[in-house]
Amino acid sequence: MTDKPHLPLPHLVVVGNGMAGCRAVEEILARDPAKFRITIFGAEPRVNYNRIMLSPLLAGDKSFEDIVINDHAWYTDNAIDLVAGDPIVAIDRARRTVTARSGRVETYDKLLLATGSDPFIIPVPGHDLHGVVTFRDMDDVGAMLRAASAGGDAVVIGGGLLGLEAAHGLCLRGMRVTVLHLMPTLMERQLDEAAGWLLKEELERRGQAILTGADTAEIYGQGRVEGVRLKDGREIPASLIVMAVGIRPNVKLARDAGLAIGRGIHVDDHLVTSDADILAVGECVEHQGQVYGLVAPLWEMCRSLADGLVAIPNGYSGSVTSTKLKVSGIDVFSAGDFSGGEGCEDIVMRDASRGIYKRVVVKDDRLIGAVLYGDTQDGNWYFDLLRKQEDVASIRDALIFGQAFASGGGASANPNGAVAAMADDGEICGCNGISKGKVVAAIQGGACTLDAVRACTKASASCGSCTGLVEGLLAITMGEDYTGERAAPTACKCTSFTHEDVRRLIIEKSLKAIPQVMQELHWTTPDGCASCRPALNYYLLCAWPGEFVDDNQSRFVNERMHANIQKDGTYSVVPRMWGGVTNPKELRAIADVAEKYQARMVKVTGGQRLDIFGIKKEDLPSVWADLNAAGMVSGHAYAKALRTVKTCVGSEWCRFGTQDSTGLGIRIEQMTWGSFMPHKFKIAVSGCPRNCAEATIKDIGVICVDSGYELSIGGNGGIKLRGTDFLCKVATEQDALDYCAAFIQLYREEARYLDRTAPWVERVGIDYIRQRIVEDAAGRELLRARFHYSQSFMQNDPWAKRAAGEDWKLHQHLAEIRPAAALIARTLEVA
Amino acid sequence: MEPEWLDIGPVDQLPALGARTLPVQGGREIAIFHTANGGIYALANQCPHKAGPLSQGIVHDTTVTCPLHNWRISLVTGEALGEDKGCVPVIPVKVDGGRILISRAAALAGVA
Ligand SMILES: Cc1cc2nc3c(=O)[nH]c(=O)nc-3n(C[C@H](O)[C@H](O)[C@H](O)COP(=O)(O)OP(=O)(O)OC[C@H]3O[C@@H](n4cnc5c(N)ncnc54)[C@H](O)[C@@H]3O)c2cc1C
Ligand code: SF4
Ligand code: FES
Repeated sequence: MTDKPHLPLPHLVVVGNGMAGCRAVEEILARDPAKFRITIFGAEPRVNYNRIMLSPLLAGDKSFEDIVINDHAWYTDNAIDLVAGDPIVAIDRARRTVTARSGRVETYDKLLLATGSDPFIIPVPGHDLHGVVTFRDMDDVGAMLRAASAGGDAVVIGGGLLGLEAAHGLCLRGMRVTVLHLMPTLMERQLDEAAGWLLKEELERRGQAILTGADTAEIYGQGRVEGVRLKDGREIPASLIVMAVGIRPNVKLARDAGLAIGRGIHVDDHLVTSDADILAVGECVEHQGQVYGLVAPLWEMCRSLADGLVAIPNGYSGSVTSTKLKVSGIDVFSAGDFSGGEGCEDIVMRDASRGIYKRVVVKDDRLIGAVLYGDTQDGNWYFDLLRKQEDVASIRDALIFGQAFASGGGASANPNGAVAAMADDGEICGCNGISKGKVVAAIQGGACTLDAVRACTKASASCGSCTGLVEGLLAITMGEDYTGERAAPTACKCTSFTHEDVRRLIIEKSLKAIPQVMQELHWTTPDGCASCRPALNYYLLCAWPGEFVDDNQSRFVNERMHANIQKDGTYSVVPRMWGGVTNPKELRAIADVAEKYQARMVKVTGGQRLDIFGIKKEDLPSVWADLNAAGMVSGHAYAKALRTVKTCVGSEWCRFGTQDSTGLGIRIEQMTWGSFMPHKFKIAVSGCPRNCAEATIKDIGVICVDSGYELSIGGNGGIKLRGTDFLCKVATEQDALDYCAAFIQLYREEARYLDRTAPWVERVGIDYIRQRIVEDAAGRELLRARFHYSQSFMQNDPWAKRAAGEDWKLHQHLAEIRPAAALIARTLEVA
Repeated sequence: MEPEWLDIGPVDQLPALGARTLPVQGGREIAIFHTANGGIYALANQCPHKAGPLSQGIVHDTTVTCPLHNWRISLVTGEALGEDKGCVPVIPVKVDGGRILISRAAALAGVA
């Protein structure tokens, strides 16, 4: 036992021997070492150590000795009584005592609660099996190290900071690790979608399996864990499960003692709880509605707490936090608010070749958030600007390039200053090794647009990250003459590339997912806009059938719901009627559906199909189930896709008919249904030149004649009426089918998203199309083959999947509020 | 006492970059949105233009594009962005322990 001073010093009892509790004591001692007699109770049987270093400890970069903050000597030297391994179980505020588990009772004058948080455990079946651990203290690390020494498979539930550090450690210890994360991107609270995606790619490269959107249903095993089963039925075998899904302030003691509690223990600006003699600090507190899970705010709290105790008024006013991921070789930094919003401006820089993504958010000339991936050197600088709320207006243009650049003067006044100041042999385009001199020479030689410079020097034609520099050179070299206009419009305001560039680069660089395209092509917004998202989704679908990662949320609502949204928010449904032909069974099914779901109208469309109007979103799956049961599938009337093939009755019935136009129409529809296109697409087949199917205003029109089939293209009955251009005449039905397939594929591969065939044909010219489809037989054959390959993935009825329950949530309300009934929300979670 | 915040269900019931609806008996329907960064927002499910169901629009950054005529509406302020003028009521929401809580008073505003 230590020698206590004789003076009857007031007794400070600290509950919690962790990061905050001990730091608070250090701060108090620094101000007045003789103010209190101090006793610290700790639940863990050890001295105060650095909890954040548990990750490097697990990874093998540190030993326990390295992470001790205060050893036994510190307690002795400061006359602190440490009671380790004996948690406090009760507080008696009236008598001002605390009781420990062992029965020991201690009287206090001031009590400090620093009980930290408890890791959250998802209460799925099996969560209490042997082999399920959390990641919070030394004992958890011990359990993980024992499991790792036996090798095998580990599952980490939770892809946040903690989970990824645990996964990294276990990986280095030789386990095969799978990370299960509920959200679509990792660390979604610290990183935006783009950075989260880069992180996932890197971890996967390192051999971890990362399953996002993975919802744990149960942990199975006999006595000890054998694996995890997901709600979608997948099973992942594992002998160790680490739950790292979040933490909860540990408020049990305080609650039992009757202190004011919200999410954490309520404290004022001096960290005093609702009882003037009880203080609280660390993760267990709630200050002005905030709870914190990082150490930096705790340090600030501890300072204010100590100041308050020695009567220096210096209240705590909340903290701004930043995080870094402690996984060696992966640099990730995030600070402040980067969720964007009103008046916020995003500045994004992507350098695909070096794997760097940076984003800063500026509002009212102040930095409010930053996310850095791959290069976190400037993290502290940004964090400083953010905390001090410095005015960044003068360095706004150079902000994203970091401290060295932004503080270097010159650059800030004139955005082109930096490039003007470059030497002639300075490199502009890293991908192609093009110097400033070469670009300037090209411009002086007459390349006066970005496209022209790209064409003659290749600068900015690869990854595009130097586009700004090239534009700067154009402006400097041409002065007034440079309008900044590009010959072809960019795909949207989020990129400097044209639609054609984007499509070409998707193939050249094998890009298969939207976040990947945005990273590699230096998108200037964090997650695109309502124009580019659907376009990119289509370009990927077209370029990589069967391989691309579809993003349902990037589809227009009609395609997401597989039905047409109408002006009152209800939907209309169009079942496919091949070639416009139907029969009593189908008509009966449609009539039944119309009655059963109270459709408000059934109408024959311009394309010879029946449209059922006024269906509620919730009813759509059952409507489709009923139509499917009668053998009908989706007519894709909602999609940028093949909609209808209109036909006349042709030789079968009509006295003028030369060929079986109905039969051919059905065969064309069976070949092309389900294929997504840049825009809606319609075909018609008429049995003779009287053209009753109005084939000459369709995207493809077929006119049957005695000697064969006349094909014409690019017609449009829309706002701007356009008759088709004659393409060619073919002899057989099979030829007609093959030419159609080839033409459709050319349109799918080369038109801009939301171009119908008419403007596209006008832009490229009918001669070009003839040359590709009629004259180049080998090319036509390749186009046809690519179309059929793509169709092998596309021809399945989207209704059937939905009717079977896929994405059923999309059709349901999240919950319902009924003010009359007890005023509580009734959740409709259960199917 | 009536609760100030109503629990309307877990966050993971919302697709990222998507939205779902919350009908209010006797009142106007609410749309709950989920942004790429995991932000949760709520607006009346009616575009200020021609009452399009905003819940069915494409979500990007902190805006939603109305499915009927492409007005862009801020999820934060409810204001129409760009050239368009108009505003939808914003309903305060917060997330606690993975659950979405919605301001009872704002959700029931306008209920007789
Ligand atoms: C693996 C890991 C990595 C982390 N990495 C980072 C990082 O990189 N950066 C960062 O800023 N933060 C990080 N953190 C978070 C950081 O460690 C915490 O924010 C910090 O430790 C909180 O301090 P605290 O004192 O409030 O709680 P703790 O440090 O948890 O201390 C609370 C202590 O109270 C004890 N206790 C609880 N109840 C009782 C009782 N009834 N009687 C006696 N004792 C009790 C507990 O045993 C514990 O020792 C990490 C956390 C973990 C687990
Ligand atoms: S297009 Fe010719 S074959 Fe077809 S219905 Fe009209 S007249 Fe008869
Ligand atoms: S650096 Fe990549 S195109 Fe110039």
